[in-house]
Amino acid sequence: MSLNYFELFGLEPIFNIELATLESNFRKIQSESHPDRFVTASATEKLTAMQQATLANEAYLCLKSPANRAKYLLELQGITAISETNTAMPMDFLMQQMEWREATEDAVSAKDIGALDNLLAEIRLEAKSLQESLVSLLDAQKDYITATDATRKLIFIDKVSEDINRAIEQIDI
Amino acid sequence: MALLQISEPGMSAAPHQHKLAVGIDLGTTNSLVATVKSGMATVLQDEHGHALLPSVVRYMPEGEVVVGHDAQAQQSADPVNTIASAKRFMGRSLKDIADRAHIPYNFVDSANSTKLLQIQTRAGLKTPVEISAEILKTLKARAEKSLGGDLMGVVITVPAYFDDAQRQATKDAARLAGLNVLRLLNEPTAAAVAYGLDNSAEGTFVIYDLGGGTFDVSILKLTKGVFEVLATNGDSALGGDDFDHRIYCWVLDRIRESTSNFNPLSENDTRLLLTKARQAKEWLTDNHEAQIVCRLSNGVLVDVTLSATQFVEFTQQLVIKTLAPTRKAMRDANLILEDIKGVVLVGGATRMPQVRQAVEEYFKQTPLTNLDPDKVVALGAAIQANALVGNRSEDDLLLLDVTPLSLGLETMGGLVERIIPRNSTLPVARAQDFTTYKDGQTAMSIQVVQGERELVADCRSLARFELRGIPPMAAGAARIRVTFQVDADGLLSVSAHEQTNGVEAHVVVKPSYGLSEDEITHMLKSSFGSAEADKTARMLAEARVSAGAIINSVTLALAADSHLISDQEKQTIETEIQNLQTVSQAVDADAINKAVDALNHATEAFAAARMNASVSHALAGKNLDSINL
Repeated sequence: MSLNYFELFGLEPIFNIELATLESNFRKIQSESHPDRFVTASATEKLTAMQQATLANEAYLCLKSPANRAKYLLELQGITAISETNTAMPMDFLMQQMEWREATEDAVSAKDIGALDNLLAEIRLEAKSLQESLVSLLDAQKDYITATDATRKLIFIDKVSEDINRAIEQIDI
Repeated sequence: MALLQISEPGMSAAPHQHKLAVGIDLGTTNSLVATVKSGMATVLQDEHGHALLPSVVRYMPEGEVVVGHDAQAQQSADPVNTIASAKRFMGRSLKDIADRAHIPYNFVDSANSTKLLQIQTRAGLKTPVEISAEILKTLKARAEKSLGGDLMGVVITVPAYFDDAQRQATKDAARLAGLNVLRLLNEPTAAAVAYGLDNSAEGTFVIYDLGGGTFDVSILKLTKGVFEVLATNGDSALGGDDFDHRIYCWVLDRIRESTSNFNPLSENDTRLLLTKARQAKEWLTDNHEAQIVCRLSNGVLVDVTLSATQFVEFTQQLVIKTLAPTRKAMRDANLILEDIKGVVLVGGATRMPQVRQAVEEYFKQTPLTNLDPDKVVALGAAIQANALVGNRSEDDLLLLDVTPLSLGLETMGGLVERIIPRNSTLPVARAQDFTTYKDGQTAMSIQVVQGERELVADCRSLARFELRGIPPMAAGAARIRVTFQVDADGLLSVSAHEQTNGVEAHVVVKPSYGLSEDEITHMLKSSFGSAEADKTARMLAEARVSAGAIINSVTLALAADSHLISDQEKQTIETEIQNLQTVSQAVDADAINKAVDALNHATEAFAAARMNASVSHALAGKNLDSINL
């Protein structure tokens, strides 16, 4: 069987999914497939359970994150959002990224965790507005070309947040 | 011809018979065993009414091994043969032990620096795994005596921040003790289960667990019997022992001040002062000052008074050291303080007022202390063990735990490439493709590391293995896929295969540290003092037990779900069952194991079909209106 991640959780393949349904269906699946349910079972059943539970975890992780969910939806349309041949980004977005990176470096040298937290909050706002536009681009207009640009921005934003979190960790000891 | 034995559906293996399963908290300072009796989790006591078994093992001159209070009482008299806090050395090599100058044991350095450390005792060289196995054996005997039967299996708790080597060592110790490990359970998760079920708690909770030698902090979301770990962090070398050690150092300074001819302490005096330090720490929980009085072996009288204020002052750094992991866990879980519904304190060291105060100041709420911090982990483990063997009638307990440390690979320049990030929900698997660097290259070396640092040298190396037999090709043409799987115990396995030219070389790699299968077999043999005949009998008994288990589980599965497969598939499975039954009558353990494998193989499609059916049933049954496909 090869259900896609949306089918696995019994969800419609859209960007604006009901997160509560995703979460509760994830738990229902894990209730059936988690290796804890098969501790006294045969080796084959244990292996099947581990594979199914691993798949459910992977699918849940993907659909839970807006950036990965958008990327996955595009993949179902045959579009690769991030590839080596497709790296063009609008100039203003690149400038914005540069600013964030510089602000991160400044805050790190000043060991200013508060500034980094503020930066994270600012980036989160930007991510939120991209997610809102993805709802209409992917679900209503089905404009996959424009959606690909927004998805790529969202992925880059996630990467910046991750780097800031790592920076906080290095100075917070 | 023997007839196929199939019992009536629901009748075989007496499903309602209570199976004996226990939870074991294998602690640095104390260990406990608990079980669920008539629906209630209870800690089992020894014949003197003690629940806590001091994690101290003494090797006696006559070859006897003494564990617990009696061993603890002789610590100062016989320090080199009386080993405490062995948990601190589990899965560790000598270079990992920072403060060994103050530990009165005869550590043996191995030529191989990554080799696990050993301790020289009068009973010979002992590994921490063997020492821990003695503690587990004592608890096993206590449980079997108290419950009146053989244990079907155990859940053993480990610090959430234990790495792969420490987990593997714990599992090896259980095997040496003759225990069937159902699951390794993270201590804070066990505590959350005991707390959550007891208080019908719902929401996001923090478990702050400062034990004798380890610190863990876990953040869990509790919803209707589901315990989902959102993030975990900690320090596997920080605990109550370190507070004792600070007191010990303070006392040494006072002795130096008052005596002109201060000689290095003997092993007995070191142990004596460490014991006095622990007693002073415990006294200061409820008192303003503690008097430390004892006479050293050279006649010097120690008589000093330590105030609570002084104690708080010189242990402040230790308390602060717990807050950085706490902040990291909060950040990883993407939470703010207002999201936290409660903070549960676990571990004897959280009795110290300065620890409670620090937790309260950080979380801006009074921590929950309405359960016994020494027992809650064992109780949670017992509840999980009871559920795992199928005693729990309501099928609603589900623990979703995470991997505490990132797993990565060495890349060019000694840098780490992260493959599985920390706090990934278990079980988890990731695949990574590699290729060759040179024309005609037929082998490559892969190093797996665990940790959060950027450089390989700063992480713990789990395994280094070589992939051989790659077909010679142009550089970059080979495609080698390496798959990392972390199971529900938090243990890693790695497999690899080459996928070009239709050639598929498949290797399964076990981590290179730890005990080899041969070493385990040897220890088992020597611990049973048995000859080859005993070993054969033991292997046969084990093979028969696993044959019985699989026949039972497949028979039950067929009775319930044989409609999911064709008559022919069903017939193949029945033939294999019959074959296994026949082989089990004979005395060839190898043949039985082969027949078990054959039956396992024959049921692959059936197991997959059952899994699909139960997953779709779970979604369809309860939540029809939310599925709009």
